[in-house]
Amino acid sequence: MATVTKESLERTLQEKFEAKHVEVVDTSGGCGNSFEVVIVSSMFEGKSILQRHRLVNEACKLEIAQLHAFSQKNYTPSQWTNLQQKDKA
Amino acid sequence: LLCRNLSSELKKSIDEKVLKNDIVLFMKGTPNEPQCGFSRAVVQIFDAQGVDLRKIKAFNVLENEELRNGIKEYSNWPTVPQVYIKGEFVGGCDIMLNMHQSGELEDLLVKEGLIS
Repeated sequence: MATVTKESLERTLQEKFEAKHVEVVDTSGGCGNSFEVVIVSSMFEGKSILQRHRLVNEACKLEIAQLHAFSQKNYTPSQWTNLQQKDKA
Repeated sequence: LLCRNLSSELKKSIDEKVLKNDIVLFMKGTPNEPQCGFSRAVVQIFDAQGVDLRKIKAFNVLENEELRNGIKEYSNWPTVPQVYIKGEFVGGCDIMLNMHQSGELEDLLVKEGLIS
C-alpha cells in the first residue's frame, strides 16, 4: 500500500469534498504517521460534527488505517469566512 | 478474503459495556496513566467539566488487541480514543474538544445527569 503523504492526503480531500480550502499539517515530526487537517466544503452544510467526521473518515479510510493519529476540523464555507474574520479582528 | 475483527461474542461484550455504564471511554492507557496525548486530552476534558472520573468506565485497548481492532468496527470509527455516553457514540478527541469549547458537552452532561 502506498504511503500517506501530505500531498496525497490533500489531493484525496480536495477531490472527495470538492473543497474550497484544504490544509494538511504533518504533525509527526517527520515519520509521516500523523496529520491534522482542515477542510472547508459545502458538503458539510446541514450536518452535525459527528456526521462530518464520519464523512471524512469514510473518504480517507485507507489512509487513516495506516496512520497513528488523524485530527480533523471541518467547516462549511460560511463558518470558515466567519472564522477568518474573527481571526483578523 | 473477508477479514472481520469483530466476532459476535466481542460485539455482545462491547454492547454490554456501552449500555451498562453512563460514560465509557475506550483509550490507550488508563485515566490515571494515559499512554497517548489524545486519550489524555479526553480524560482532561471530562475533568475540566467536573465529571467525577470514577464515573468513567475506561477500557485500555493496549491491553487487548482484539478489543483494539474490534472497537473500530463496532463504532465504525477508525481511531482511539472513543467516547460513549449513555449508550450513544459521541466521538473521538476532536469532537470532544469541539463540544467542550462550544458548550455542547456541558449541555449533554447536564441533560444526562452526569454533572449538575
